[in-house]
Amino acid sequence: MLRFFHQLGSPKYFYHIAGRWIPWLAGIFILLVLAGLYQGMVVAPTDYQQGDSYRIMFIHVPSAWMSLFIYVVMAGAGAIGLIWHMKLAEVIAISSAPIGASFTFLALVTGSIWGKPMWGAWWVWDARLTSELILLFLYLGVMALYSAVEDKRTAARATAILAIVGVVNIPIIHYSVEWWNTLHQGPTVTKFGAPSIDLRMLIPLLIMAVAFKLFYLLVVLMRARVEVLQRERNAQWVRELVDAP
Amino acid sequence: MSTLSLRRAFTLLLWRDMLLAFRRRTEMINPLLFFILVTALFPLGIGADPALLRSVAPGIIWVAALLAAMLSLDSVFRSDFEDGSLEQFLISAQPVSILVLAKVIAHWLITGLPLLIVAPLLGLLPDLPSASIGTLMLTLALGTPVLSMIGAIGVALTVGLRRGGVILSLLVLPLYIPVLIFAANAVESAGAGLPITAHLSLLTALLVLSVSLSPLATAAALKISLS
Amino acid sequence: MSLQEFFHMGGYAVYVWSSYAIALVILVANVVAPILQRRKLFSQLARRQRRERRES
Repeated sequence: MLRFFHQLGSPKYFYHIAGRWIPWLAGIFILLVLAGLYQGMVVAPTDYQQGDSYRIMFIHVPSAWMSLFIYVVMAGAGAIGLIWHMKLAEVIAISSAPIGASFTFLALVTGSIWGKPMWGAWWVWDARLTSELILLFLYLGVMALYSAVEDKRTAARATAILAIVGVVNIPIIHYSVEWWNTLHQGPTVTKFGAPSIDLRMLIPLLIMAVAFKLFYLLVVLMRARVEVLQRERNAQWVRELVDAP
Repeated sequence: MSTLSLRRAFTLLLWRDMLLAFRRRTEMINPLLFFILVTALFPLGIGADPALLRSVAPGIIWVAALLAAMLSLDSVFRSDFEDGSLEQFLISAQPVSILVLAKVIAHWLITGLPLLIVAPLLGLLPDLPSASIGTLMLTLALGTPVLSMIGAIGVALTVGLRRGGVILSLLVLPLYIPVLIFAANAVESAGAGLPITAHLSLLTALLVLSVSLSPLATAAALKISLS
Repeated sequence: MSLQEFFHMGGYAVYVWSSYAIALVILVANVVAPILQRRKLFSQLARRQRRERRES
């Protein structure tokens, strides 16, 4: 097991192992997402308060969870890369950023669309939506900094610092926005997610959450492989790959 | 030459930065002017209804202060980067985070303190109640150092970049938001006669946190940017 | 639920289906992007290696 992790540090080994995992991840993801969607869209009952519009939740909530989860992974991988100079950690960190940004964007858009029939407006300064918006800026900042620095090794280390500073700030930002929101209570209170959610709604939600995690794993490995090829483009094994695709 | 004691290095650097800034006094005016202009521009944009102005003034003044602080950030490391002194700091025997602390404190004295001094005048324009003005100064006194401290991290990350100034705002703004929320709200609450101890405690907490931790992040970022 | 009811989504069809459509677009884009990047990289590297072989 330890040998596995040690070997994983080698870009070439990672490239091939990840390549073998990808089809499996894709397959399991598709199965899970179909199961989750069936459960959520067909089996789960209509909510007595929100009608069928609540079904947006099966996309919105897992996206929001992923947006946070990926940021933490990005910061963690960045820290590992910074402390132990692990190239693979750096690669995973920067490969995660666009995926996390996508999920954040998705959470915002679906939250906004869900909000229109619920609250009557395309945007409300709800605590969670506002926090998500700030999170999107944090992601964009990481991506912007990475592309602005020429030397990609330096770029990875700089964005690691930024991600770590960001991850420390996320609870502070979240708390301050929630606090701000309770002071300026809008005409409606977001009260979905009542203490006990119907099991028939909870199950598809959890299935989608797991499905999204697999999706992240799938895509981060795909991106990471390309990044590895880019970084190792002068190495012999990459040259051989290019010559014989 | 014998090595300096840490305290002496700190004071020397602080004094040096203040002296250099004083020699370029006109540069100090820019963020201040920006602060005043933005605050003065708002009534022109949103109408001169006194009740409206009084209610939005705390937020506007604080947003203007925040933007002025962001505008002034570039000068923390710019000149030292350009003439090579920054690299000297990094290879000196002193811990870089302490040197950074000295530079950022100097920067705050140069750019943040003037905002504090001008604020009461700006508070008079929208006819803020005196309780609000007092709180405004208090929040600026607690908040602007936090802005300098956190901002320095962003500057350190972008100092070597060609168009770093553009990215700097993007990097630093999300981190500024808690300060804005607590500070602007404190001023508003003070005007309404509500207690502000919670706001001030939170601002103080942010100040303590940023003074102790951000020099470390800034130092790390500088080492990476100049590698 | 009949198929018609399913598409109707209790009157919220526009909202629910546009959300799912956007989600599909974003997920597909995330999968396609690395594939395209990879192809581009391979063609770049292939060109470079051909050039190097010619020069040597």
